[in-house]
Amino acid sequence: MDPVLLLDVLLLILAVLAAVAAMLQRDLLGSVMLMGIYSLLMAVIWANLFAMDVSFTEASVGAGAATVLLLMALTRIGTRERSGGDHSLPALVLVVLTGVVLLYGTSELPRFGDPQAPAQLHIAPRYLAQDIGKVSDSATPQDSPHGEGDFGHHVPNTVTAVLASYRGYDTMFETAVIFSAGMCLLLLLRPIPRRSPETVTIDESGSTSHQKSESVVLRTIGGMLIPYILVFGFYVQMHGEIGPGGGFQAGVLVAAAFILHSLLFGRAATDRWLPRWLVDLAMSLGVLLYAGTGVACMAMGGHFLDYSALDRVHPAEAEALGMTLVEAGVGLTVASVVLTIVRKVQGGTR
Amino acid sequence: MTLLGLFNHWAFVIIMMVGLYAIIARNNLVKKILGLGLFQTGIFLMYITLGVRDGAAAPILQDDPAVIYANPLPHVLILTAIVVSVSTMAVALALAIGIRESYGTVEADEVAALDQQSQEVGC
Repeated sequence: MDPVLLLDVLLLILAVLAAVAAMLQRDLLGSVMLMGIYSLLMAVIWANLFAMDVSFTEASVGAGAATVLLLMALTRIGTRERSGGDHSLPALVLVVLTGVVLLYGTSELPRFGDPQAPAQLHIAPRYLAQDIGKVSDSATPQDSPHGEGDFGHHVPNTVTAVLASYRGYDTMFETAVIFSAGMCLLLLLRPIPRRSPETVTIDESGSTSHQKSESVVLRTIGGMLIPYILVFGFYVQMHGEIGPGGGFQAGVLVAAAFILHSLLFGRAATDRWLPRWLVDLAMSLGVLLYAGTGVACMAMGGHFLDYSALDRVHPAEAEALGMTLVEAGVGLTVASVVLTIVRKVQGGTR
Repeated sequence: MTLLGLFNHWAFVIIMMVGLYAIIARNNLVKKILGLGLFQTGIFLMYITLGVRDGAAAPILQDDPAVIYANPLPHVLILTAIVVSVSTMAVALALAIGIRESYGTVEADEVAALDQQSQEVGC
């Protein structure tokens, strides 16, 4: 039996068990922890299914940022789930029916790893050969199919190539969605000057500066980790074209470093290193950098987000430059939105 | 092995349905949000499974032309979807926090009952 499939089946059984346990758990804290375990299992599953970039994102965003976010939300919502009274027979019937229909619908899908599956034959070979899209559209006759016209080996990570170039529009609007989520948080969770007594908050003392760790060990060891997390984040940002990584993962890693700092040393200390206005500015600056790269391509005579227009003499280098710029935009927006979201969900009077 | 060839599809249906049941049947809003997250990862699993290819390598090009790669397109779609799903989860949590602060509870039926009460008082 194929070891990939064997490992996949074992891990999926564990993941399904973790998912069911998370939903059955009455204590919401336990649920969130089980969801973290589920997310980490999914990260291993993605890596097993050759999706390294997805695995990286799941580990940093799904298991990391999402868990921190949920825990912070629970401190304000409370971890108690009222027991009883929420098992409904109609819901069960509906869910089972939907499941049966889905199983029937998927029974005709190609089997696991089928090389003849339509998904493998339709457009994937051209993505992998990196010879479709804007480059060949704008290619002048003197460009040979494997000369200056394609990326050559400038962008070995095809996931980044597809993300930042072939499907650059998608990624731009996904960055815009993340930006809108950050704006929603800013509008939904405005600072409340005075709280009603029944509200559960973490800052019982009334001051946000008390939300920090008092443990000397945590503060020393955690403080030592922060520079390395930052360096790794920047490495992932710049290295996204060669290996797994890119703006999405790097943004979350950089944000994680600052979140760790604020948990260890209090939010006031973090604000000294990274002023609030800078985070707010970076949120919109990232989207602007992405769209601005597209506009710059138009100004140079190409199509929107047609990076080869940036340098007609060396289109392959121009493609790499354009991808670096838009990835930087993605990284900026993701990092600042994650910081904003965590700050707003964490709450506080400022 | 043909028997397990569709195992991933069964798994994603189970994960999605567990999530869907939590969304419909559970009263707690945080539980509903977690269920929504499960539903989303079920869909992610379907997409990534479609990109798997026997004997493939991760889609990072190597110098050896004989290497075959997994389909990178589902990876791109899901990578961005994971980040977007966490952003939308944050918006949902913000709404839940708002409801907690206005109603003092995040149980959907209690919130509905409180709404009903305030309506009757208003009449």
